[in-house]
Amino acid sequence: MTARILLPPNPKVGVKLDIRILIQHPMETGFRHDISGAAITKNVIHHLSFDLDGITLFSGELGTGTSANPFLQFSVILPHSGWLQLKWVDDEGNTGTERVLCNLSP
Amino acid sequence: MNAKRHSLQTFAQLLTLNGFSRLGALGLGAVGALLPMQRLQAQALERESEDFRALFKSLTQSGRVTLERVHVSIPRLADNGHSVPLKVWVDGPQTPADHVKRVVVLSERNPRPMISNLQFTPTQTRLEFSTRIRLNGSQRIWVLALMSDDRWWGQVASVEVTESACLDASL
Amino acid sequence: MKKASFLDPTKPSGSDSAHSISSPGLRGSWVCFLTLTYLLLTSTLHAQVLGGPGIVQRSLMRSGISFSSADLRATQSDDSLNPSFLWIDQGQRLWQEGSRSNTLDHPSCAACHQDSQQSMRGVSMKYPRWDKSTSRLINLEGQINACRTQRQHLMALPHESDELLALTALVSLASRGLVLSRTLDDDLKPALSRGQSRYETRMGQNNLACMHCHTQNAGQHLGGETISQGQPHAYPAYRLEWQRLGSLQKRLRACLSGVKAEIWPFGSQELTELELYLSFRGEGLAIESPGVRR
Repeated sequence: MTARILLPPNPKVGVKLDIRILIQHPMETGFRHDISGAAITKNVIHHLSFDLDGITLFSGELGTGTSANPFLQFSVILPHSGWLQLKWVDDEGNTGTERVLCNLSP
Repeated sequence: MNAKRHSLQTFAQLLTLNGFSRLGALGLGAVGALLPMQRLQAQALERESEDFRALFKSLTQSGRVTLERVHVSIPRLADNGHSVPLKVWVDGPQTPADHVKRVVVLSERNPRPMISNLQFTPTQTRLEFSTRIRLNGSQRIWVLALMSDDRWWGQVASVEVTESACLDASL
Repeated sequence: MKKASFLDPTKPSGSDSAHSISSPGLRGSWVCFLTLTYLLLTSTLHAQVLGGPGIVQRSLMRSGISFSSADLRATQSDDSLNPSFLWIDQGQRLWQEGSRSNTLDHPSCAACHQDSQQSMRGVSMKYPRWDKSTSRLINLEGQINACRTQRQHLMALPHESDELLALTALVSLASRGLVLSRTLDDDLKPALSRGQSRYETRMGQNNLACMHCHTQNAGQHLGGETISQGQPHAYPAYRLEWQRLGSLQKRLRACLSGVKAEIWPFGSQELTELELYLSFRGEGLAIESPGVRR
């Protein structure tokens, strides 16, 4: 599964940053049916977490009410440069990680 | 406006269910117009699913949710129910002493009312996040924020969702 | 960039052929007749492509994004918001992937084409094109698969698979911002004529032709939606209805479903010829691929 973590250009220490996350995932609701009429099994990213060098910034549960290819943007002030890591797991047990090195200028 | 109309209807309906006559209900409905609209629980809950009501009550421990501090930006008319952009922000600095612990987004009419349940840590800046949600038809969504002092604050927003004009049954 | 026009300057012009009228004798008359017939046919064909009830006047052409909400426009215009870029990332990886088996080389796309955003600039708008070796119309997806099977010795990618969409999107991205322009080769003319005919012909249980919605009623409302002109320049596009990236042919199939007509298969002659017509009809619009649509 592909994911994108996007930072604003020239991120600085002590300045509010808007970080954008996009994960490629169908977020299958379980309410759709295939061509034979059988229900397509529910499979959503039900848990994700986002941390800076292992310190959690946020985590949480998503449901079928979140759109496919989940998008999340949130605001944060980072105390220092480091690795931003996104981790997620879906109903089928597939896990994914994506990380990006965030270099903050003073 | 709409909230007011909802409240009147609910009040009248509840009374009718309890065995009052229709005329009596109308009369009481008219009286109801004079009552102040304050409590969250008195607001229109008649169109949402049972699941939503149960979830709402269990989350908030049937406590009070104050409709302040939480701001919601969502289109009044959604392009498409599959992807509706939602922005949430909560007044306040997000310090260790005073911060949003949890934000829950609930749908009144989706088959599963829990849209998302996110836990936050103090990030030293106002809590702001955006996401894209699915809405199963026109409805209201509730955004509830649990603060570090265990009080619930929230906001409600209405969204109109229309069906796609051309049914795409191709695969 | 100089726009290529319908009129191919290398073809013999009308004025040169008219000199043959002055040649006496039966053979001269016969040449004159053939020439005039040729001119009549080509001018009629040009009139069909340039005219016809399905086209939109150049001055009135509008991108589908202009019929969309501000939210949708913002999502398309920002690469960090546009979900299509999940497929672009995948495409970038696939572009670089090459391997060697015991018997065969599987060169990567990059081995021949280097940086996709440089080498593929202007390429997607040349498709569909006429492939002389197979005497068939081939679209971009078909070309990518032709490269995979013939040059990379790999299996063809299935229609609408993430991998094929990723590569199509990557190649189309290289043309983003360029003005769509086509050159009308003689080989393309019959296919173009058939594509145009399909655009103008009623079909399905609803008995509607493409032009009834997308030319005659573009800008009007159908249900809660505004009807667009049905332009092809933003495809492959992330459609909210699909919640994934999809090709132009997928969008055409959705329309066929909408009018309750027979849904032509992916890669079919019918769909590819319609794609061809749309690419000529859409000349003048700036490429927006990969776009975002309802």
